[in-house]
Formats: sequence, C-alpha cells, structure tokens
Amino acid sequence: MSTAILDLPEKEYIMPGTRTCAGCGLPIAYRFMLKALGPNTIMTHPACCLTILHGMYPKTPVGINAVNNTFASTAASAAGLAAGFKATGQDFTVLAMAGDGGTFDMGIQALSGAAERETDFIYVCYDNEAYMNTGVQRSSATPAGAMTTTTSVVPKEQSKKDFIQIMEAHHPAYLATTCSSYPGDVYNKFAKARNIKGTRFIHLAIPCPTGWGFHTRDTVKIGRLAVESAIIVLYEVEKGEVRLTGKSLSMAKSGRRKPVDEYLNMQGRFRKMTSAQVEEFQKQTDKHWEELLRRAGF
Amino acid sequence: MAKETGIISWKQLNLGVAITTPGNAAELRTGDWRSQRPETDLETCTKCGMCYIFCPDMVYSKNDEGFYIQNYYHCKGCGICAKECPVDAITMVQEEN
Repeated sequence: MSTAILDLPEKEYIMPGTRTCAGCGLPIAYRFMLKALGPNTIMTHPACCLTILHGMYPKTPVGINAVNNTFASTAASAAGLAAGFKATGQDFTVLAMAGDGGTFDMGIQALSGAAERETDFIYVCYDNEAYMNTGVQRSSATPAGAMTTTTSVVPKEQSKKDFIQIMEAHHPAYLATTCSSYPGDVYNKFAKARNIKGTRFIHLAIPCPTGWGFHTRDTVKIGRLAVESAIIVLYEVEKGEVRLTGKSLSMAKSGRRKPVDEYLNMQGRFRKMTSAQVEEFQKQTDKHWEELLRRAGF
Repeated sequence: MAKETGIISWKQLNLGVAITTPGNAAELRTGDWRSQRPETDLETCTKCGMCYIFCPDMVYSKNDEGFYIQNYYHCKGCGICAKECPVDAITMVQEEN
C-alpha cells in the first residue's frame, strides 16, 4: 500500500510554533505519523526532544491527547492506557514514543515487559543517536567514532547497540524501521501499524543538526545519505519475514550503494574518526546490509 | 489562558496541569529565531509541494492559485525548503534586522 505524498489527509495534528531547533527532523516525521494515526490516538512520552516539541506549559502545538511521564516508564504508561481502554471498551490507538536514551538505555525494561505481555500499542523509538535534549551526551545508540559532549576528547569507542535485533527477539506483531527523510515511507508504515493488533515497534531515524554538527538545511539530505549508504535500512518484519521497502528495496534490486564516507564527512561529530575506524564502520555497515539482503531473499 | 511568558498563578492551573486548548502554541512567534528568510520565485515554482512536505515548522500553506506560500511568523529559517526545492525557486535572503 502506498499513497502519493500530496494526496495525504490535509488535516494537521501538529500546529506551527513548536520549540524544536531549526531544521529538526522530528516534526517532519511526527506530522506524517499523526496524519496516519488520526485523531483517535493517545500518546505518551518521557522527557526527550519530543517534550520540547510538545511545548512548555501552558502552550502546546499538538492536537491529540498526550501524557507526560518519567524516563523509564514510557511503555509501562502505555500498557496502563491500553488496559484502561480495553476495560472501558474505547477504541483508541495507544502510541508511546521515546528517544534513543529513553529506549536503548532507560526504557528497555518497561518496553521488554510490555512486549512480552503483548500489550496492544505502538512503540516508536526515534533515534537521534545521543541525549540531544539534555545537551548531546553519549547514549548506547551513539555510533563508534562520534564525538558528543561526554566523549569530546576521545570519540566513542564502542559501536551502536543493535536494539532492533533485541526487539525482534520479542517477536512483536509488527516491527519496522523508517527515516524522517522519507515521509511517504513513514506514513505507509504507521498506516499499516495502526490496523495491526498487538505490540508494534517502529524505529525512526532522525538526523539532528545540533548534535551531529551539520547545517540545518542538510537535515533531509543527511537522512537520505544514511539510507543510500545502507547505514539505515528501511524494512519491516512480520512473522519473522523481512521485507525491504522504499529506497532500500530499489537499492537491493539495483545493487547500487554509496560508500559511508560522504555521510561521515558531512558531519562535525565524526571529524576525529581515524581511517581504521572508518574502515570498521564500513565493514559493519556491509555486514548488516548483507545480512538483511539474505533474510529478505535477495 | 496565560500570556506568551507562560507565567500564571497556581490557582489558574487546570486539574492535572492539563492543557485544554490543543494547538495553542500557534501564537508562539518562532519567526524571530531566523537569520535568513526563504523567498519563493513564483515564476520558477512548479507547485510540486516539496517545501510543504519537508518544512519542519509547517509554515507553508497553499494559496488560491496553488502556490505554497510561507508564513514568516513561524519560519525559523532552517533552509530545508531552499535545499529540497527541485527547481531552485526558493532562495535564502539575509534578514536585515
């Protein structure tokens, strides 16, 4: 199922006047997510960049119901909301959305518990690869070689946690990865997730000009480069079957893929990377891509 | 409802500190963050809508002739629209003040 991007519903659930940094990728994706999910959605989020987007009391740019909660309890809060709607017989989509710190680091136990109980909700991890809201501190989603304010002298040495594999091991009803630079892909995946019952996990990659060190105008371009060099792969998993989508599918068919250099060179956070680290980064990217190609049957 | 500053007495707070007017941040002027503003050349514009799709601040809206026009009250001047425009109809112009 795919929809032409300009034929999407015109009704907006997020208004101008957000407090996100100029050039943030999050509102682009969030806008299309909410268009796909519609007005009968209740969302819950911890302290993260999304809280900045949702605004400071008494102002909010969003037009759907939202609950603020603490860092480690996003999925627990969503499980409570889902149980409440089940008990009262109301038809609402429960959306939990947290950043990479609130998912990869702190939120993992609540999310793992909720996924094991097969709670009926959509969990979105929007991944900007560090604690951007609090001032770019390293998280377990930060890739090796990246500088953050807590790895400013020696860049991070450990590679990124493969959280999507951890979530796949929970066998959710639907698992997908997407990127804010492909709004059509974001819309299609959320429209699909909306009609599935059970735990649905979506990993959403968001470029961050402030933390990654690139010009605000390049947000969309960086996201595209990440997909074109297979650092981020767009795919979905249902019943253990991997299906590539969008740009990643056409890349798999054509066999064309960019080297990671262009992506790395455009960002200030990778400027201390040694050539051995770049080589290692390319090797890991190749391995991940080939593994997914094999699983998708290419 | 509180003014721009958001400072109100605790007696005026809603139960659960809930915000009951959705989308009221539209009053918030984020346009003064900007140092460059996008300007569209309507003669080159093909009405493709890329600026409308990728604008992170939802400042583009369609006018009667089908062109997407920016609202400078909210535009933060990130330049994504100018970069993504396939026919380079949008240029970033330095703000004078």
